[in-house]
Amino acid sequence: MIKHIIGLLIPDKGSVVIDGEDITILDASELDRIREKLGVLFQSGALFDSLTVYGNVAFQLREKTKMAKGEIRDRTMQALEDVGLKGMGNKYPAELSGGMKKRAGLARALIAEPAIVLFDEPTTGLDPIISRSIHRLIRATHEKYQYAAVIISHEVPGIFEISDKVAMLYNGMIEEYGTPEEIVNSSNPVIKQFITGSLEGPIESLA
Amino acid sequence: MGKWGLSIVKEMGHMFIFLMNSLYTIFKPPFKISLLLRQIRFLGNKSLLVILLTGAFTGMVLALQLFYILRKFGSVALLGPGIALSLIRELGPVLCALMITGRAGSALTAEIGMMRISEQIDALTAMALNPIRYLIVPNIVAAIIVFPLLTGIYDVIGIYGGYLVGVKLLGISSGTYYSLMKDYVDMEDILIGFYKSISFGIIVSWICCYKGFYTGYGAAGVSKATTEAVVMSSISILVWDYFLGSFFV
Repeated sequence: MIKHIIGLLIPDKGSVVIDGEDITILDASELDRIREKLGVLFQSGALFDSLTVYGNVAFQLREKTKMAKGEIRDRTMQALEDVGLKGMGNKYPAELSGGMKKRAGLARALIAEPAIVLFDEPTTGLDPIISRSIHRLIRATHEKYQYAAVIISHEVPGIFEISDKVAMLYNGMIEEYGTPEEIVNSSNPVIKQFITGSLEGPIESLA
Repeated sequence: MGKWGLSIVKEMGHMFIFLMNSLYTIFKPPFKISLLLRQIRFLGNKSLLVILLTGAFTGMVLALQLFYILRKFGSVALLGPGIALSLIRELGPVLCALMITGRAGSALTAEIGMMRISEQIDALTAMALNPIRYLIVPNIVAAIIVFPLLTGIYDVIGIYGGYLVGVKLLGISSGTYYSLMKDYVDMEDILIGFYKSISFGIIVSWICCYKGFYTGYGAAGVSKATTEAVVMSSISILVWDYFLGSFFV
């Protein structure tokens, strides 16, 4: 779904509207203009493995702005500190643990101060404690950088702790939309089954 | 059968658009000089040792075989020009391109393929940066520079290998070996080899980049893409060589 939002895939049906513009009908350069507003944290982190953590985070500033070296350095160091990776700038992505990769990916997504940050399953493959610390980190950076966060997650109900609004998807449709409390107290059998993880109910389990 | 034909045509169209897109991006600033230098090193440095070894042995084998044939015709003195012409016009560019494909082309496909499946290419696009500019253009330009240079080295080493066998082993005089070469090898022959190697550079980098860029899913997808890239590049080199050859004769 993230790939639809950033225009890497074009949906068979429907539209993707960002700030009032339908991005499915834009051409490449207009799409790039929309992408300037977005930051993305990919599921695997998607760090460039030929660059250090510092190089990854500074990449966008180096490639897209005429910022002076010192300023790039200051902003990159600040971003690394904000995600808890102070002093790790010289490491290569292959030397990082799963949680640290997500942190570095988040620093890279935040560096250009986007209006919207998209998270593609930010805690997949992490243990419950690290997952929780990543969730807290998302909330903390959200407050500091003032971005709108769109988080795609299976981490139910852990993710509710940091969410303002929740949309539950089922069969390609939004089944229910509301605050976390409303979702938890929903009487919809599909939502109930998903939250409790029960095998009995309208959702078929093929496993 | 119809479906199969259609998918081939579709793939060819896709490849062609990819090439045109890349060639267009080559001339569009900003230019990534440091990435270009890195890829020149990647292609050239990786292949140099292989080129030296295969070049020397190609020249040596050529000397043995040509000596045997020329002795039957009673014109052993033509060994030098024979070796030089076959290497410069034909064997140098072709074998050199095949060796680079095996050594560096496969690595190139695997590297770009890994970047695709680990979403690094998507990450570039999401930053509103053109992945063609960062990953494909440096490789194509590097190949255009590296292929003729390595082919030149291959030819020189091959001719020297032929000298070792022809003069030191089989006893032709060294004066004959080199002086007749000057008489028989024209600038045109050298240019043909030069053009061939440039076109092979474009073909190999194009196919290897394309296969990596549009690799399938997972490790199996990358390994399949790498194999396909090497096979397709090798076949294309030989087929294209035939057409160029028939055009220039």
